Amino acid sequence: MSGPLTIFDKPNSYIGRTVPRADARRLLQGRGKFVDDIQLPRMLHAAFVRSDVAHGKIISINTATAKTMPGVKAVFTGTDFVDVVEPYIGVLSHLAGLRSAPQMPIATDVARWQGEPVAMVIASTRAIAEDAAELVEVEIEPLDAATNMELALEPETPVIHKDLGSNLAWERVVEAGDTEAAFARNDVTTVERRFRFGRHTGVTLEARAAVADYDPSEETLTFSYSGQAPHMMQFIFAKHLGLLEENVRVVSQDVGGSFGIKIHTYGDEIATAAASKLLGRPIKFVADRMESFLTDIHARDHLVDGKIAVREDGKIVALAFDDVTGIGPYSMYPRTSAIEANQVLNLTGAPYRIENYRAQSKVVFQNKNLMCQYRAVGHPIAMAIADGLLEDAAAEIGMDPVEMRRRNLIPDDAYPTTSFSGMKFDDLSHHRTLDRLVAAVGYDARRQEHAKLREQGIYRGLGLVSMVEVTNPSPMFYGVGGAPIASQDGATVRLDAGGGVHVSSSVTEQGQGTNAILAQIVAGVFGVPIERVKVTTGDTRTTPYGGGTWASRGAGIGGEAALQAAYALKEQVLDVASVILQSSADKLDIDAGDVVDAGTKTERISLSDLARTVYYRGNELPSDLKPELVATRHYRVTDFPFVFTNGAMAAEIELDVETGFVKVLNFWAVEDCGRVINPQLVDEQVRGGVVQGIGGALYEECLYSEDGQFLNATMADYLVPMAFEMPDIHVEHVETPTKTSVLGAKGAGEAGTGGAPAAVMNAVNDVLRHMGTSIHQMPMTPERVLKALGKV
Amino acid sequence: MQETRTITLTVNGETISEAVPNRLNLIDFLRGTLGLTGSHVGCEHGVCGACTLEVDGAMVRGCLIFAVQADGSQITTIEGLAEDGRSAALREAFIQRNALQCGYCTPGMLASALEYVESGGAADRSAIREHISGNYCRCTGYQAVVEAVCDVIEGRVST
Repeated sequence: MSGPLTIFDKPNSYIGRTVPRADARRLLQGRGKFVDDIQLPRMLHAAFVRSDVAHGKIISINTATAKTMPGVKAVFTGTDFVDVVEPYIGVLSHLAGLRSAPQMPIATDVARWQGEPVAMVIASTRAIAEDAAELVEVEIEPLDAATNMELALEPETPVIHKDLGSNLAWERVVEAGDTEAAFARNDVTTVERRFRFGRHTGVTLEARAAVADYDPSEETLTFSYSGQAPHMMQFIFAKHLGLLEENVRVVSQDVGGSFGIKIHTYGDEIATAAASKLLGRPIKFVADRMESFLTDIHARDHLVDGKIAVREDGKIVALAFDDVTGIGPYSMYPRTSAIEANQVLNLTGAPYRIENYRAQSKVVFQNKNLMCQYRAVGHPIAMAIADGLLEDAAAEIGMDPVEMRRRNLIPDDAYPTTSFSGMKFDDLSHHRTLDRLVAAVGYDARRQEHAKLREQGIYRGLGLVSMVEVTNPSPMFYGVGGAPIASQDGATVRLDAGGGVHVSSSVTEQGQGTNAILAQIVAGVFGVPIERVKVTTGDTRTTPYGGGTWASRGAGIGGEAALQAAYALKEQVLDVASVILQSSADKLDIDAGDVVDAGTKTERISLSDLARTVYYRGNELPSDLKPELVATRHYRVTDFPFVFTNGAMAAEIELDVETGFVKVLNFWAVEDCGRVINPQLVDEQVRGGVVQGIGGALYEECLYSEDGQFLNATMADYLVPMAFEMPDIHVEHVETPTKTSVLGAKGAGEAGTGGAPAAVMNAVNDVLRHMGTSIHQMPMTPERVLKALGKV
Repeated sequence: MQETRTITLTVNGETISEAVPNRLNLIDFLRGTLGLTGSHVGCEHGVCGACTLEVDGAMVRGCLIFAVQADGSQITTIEGLAEDGRSAALREAFIQRNALQCGYCTPGMLASALEYVESGGAADRSAIREHISGNYCRCTGYQAVVEAVCDVIEGRVST
């Protein structure tokens, strides 16, 4: 890539500096703009009646009594939407063989999970809508439910979609080398483990929320929602509600946590838009916490039988595993529910040189809530399989696990390389990150300390993980398979008359600090104080077309578009300045809001003077000068399917062998996300991610009964990490900028969530190993730990 | 079910008199009736702490009391804490430490942190973690909040 590389060295560059976020000030004064804060004239409120069984035939729905309640405007059932909403199917062509069934926002004939909407009440207040929902008489004949993913393909298990013939949604095998021969060799030690990864979910503190406002006079829909991908939703509403795409405006302002929960198509949100279209009035729907647990996508839910073969010298000879994962009764639209399994197949063992690899995944339907992409898609499974097996194998052959990693990690100077699954890797630094990690942990001393403490009956363990992360996705992630999801993003940068700069970008903000880093990049590259840069994101009417923020793409893709746009605007402004100042553009620069002499930095004309000349007094300019003070640039990743990030992490835990409680004492993360734009924001992304990862490792699980009833769907019963249990997290960086962009930034959002579970599991097993046992099931609850210890 | 009762209370220094449904909880009254949308609703059963606000000098869950129970009370929400300057040092510390990401838990987190600081709490990381352990934050991992509270207690923040 060619470009203004000196931007990183300029004294007024904001790139690489910790700069406070403008949004923080607002949010700390109670001036956030979340969806539930919206009040529109004549706005109605929606409440849903949901199936209370996991699988059942809808016999009848009597809405007569509910409709008579004062304040109730309408009650809809699934059949009311048959002519309004085009059904959707969650398949993509590049996931060959993936199957799913047509889905409607409200079930029409059969309910297929507990919580699936079966009727919708629209009323003047949410309270009245909920009252009326209680009066909707729903008769559902329970059907046998297929809940256990391990039995999904057995002949006695009911087939959820008869037309599909079985509960198999997708399967894929990745094979490289000859694993069978490798495991049969007589010079290898083989370690086999069965891993279980429980279902968990995002638990965004702000539940999903939407205000749909259909205006029949112009046939326009304005949909304000708490979400991550406005342009994707614009397409979906246009297609499935029969609207012109340009007549759909999707707005996403403050989003109270998302983590991948809010990139999907949810029936209650589609129904809210459809009802607004039918009634011609704005309608608000805000999920309550119970609805969030029952319908926000769940994640993970894997059973994996894995094995590794290693030589005496620690060299990994082969890695193989079989995975089965349950995705609920449908593949989620439009991103599909096969991506997680695909990531597991592609990423397991990816940091290492492994010649013989065989991985198989079966993705199956079941009568539970839908499973789909949540932060660090597939990563915790992939990392736990490979690094769990690696640490167990290291113990088996009597080798230190750090040494074993060093003997297997792809050398830092070996890139570019291609993995066994065809993934192209470049600009990674596994050895450097591991070296930094070992130093930060004080590895040898800590091991010695643990050995001493063990003699005193204090059981501490250390566990590590080396990882790759999928970030900055190219069109090969979704677009190639036909999904209406932009892989490129755009930024428009505009110089206004007052000398301020406005950035409009198609990536979105959900707390990561997207708006802040866009301002940093533009301020630094264009040359104005950051206070003079204002940022707009999250509005399909006013931003360039793009994908939004997910898969850690905001900084790497959106940031590069902003950089290129700011640079283009600078060239345009200097062209105008060169005419006004009768100089040449290459002798001028922009610094701190002024056009300056490039050599001496002497002010020649302020940006506001220049802009006012252009906007107000064009008569002073030569008539053949056509000044443009707006520039737009788009950027997409080419040549690579993803820009991979890498990192190494370690957890130190203390295990109470009497209670089974695991306390994480310390956590270290060394991350290489390429160029760091704002160190503090990256550190905090990593820390927040680690804590979500610890949640998955130790606490979080969506528990279902055998007949598909969600047993712990409250925040009191579903445990999430709270402050007291969490450790301080030490974060360091290695910076290997990606060569795919001038900015050089890769994503950092997946790291902690993807890596922490493996590190914590390895740390627990570091303790249990001395007691002749181990655990490979997450979350590692006290009960499961005690079972592993044979105490219960 | 829609029986109402007129209550009179002081919210952020302003006297309010309103007829409210008996079943309306305080947080919905503040948000919906008064338009004080700074306080947030996260779980509606007293677990997450997003709706933490001050009633008669105590930090309480706005979702666990009815508006009618607040009759005669003095209430301060995040908007009030901003206006009267009480939260200024903490706000600055939260900004400097990036002790918030999405900002949804922030009104409650700030209220709990303020309660700790104003009660003379020490810059003891474990004690601070324990004090804010009723406030759920999914974004930050909590460490930055602990740092921010320590900064205020140890006088490292200027406003």
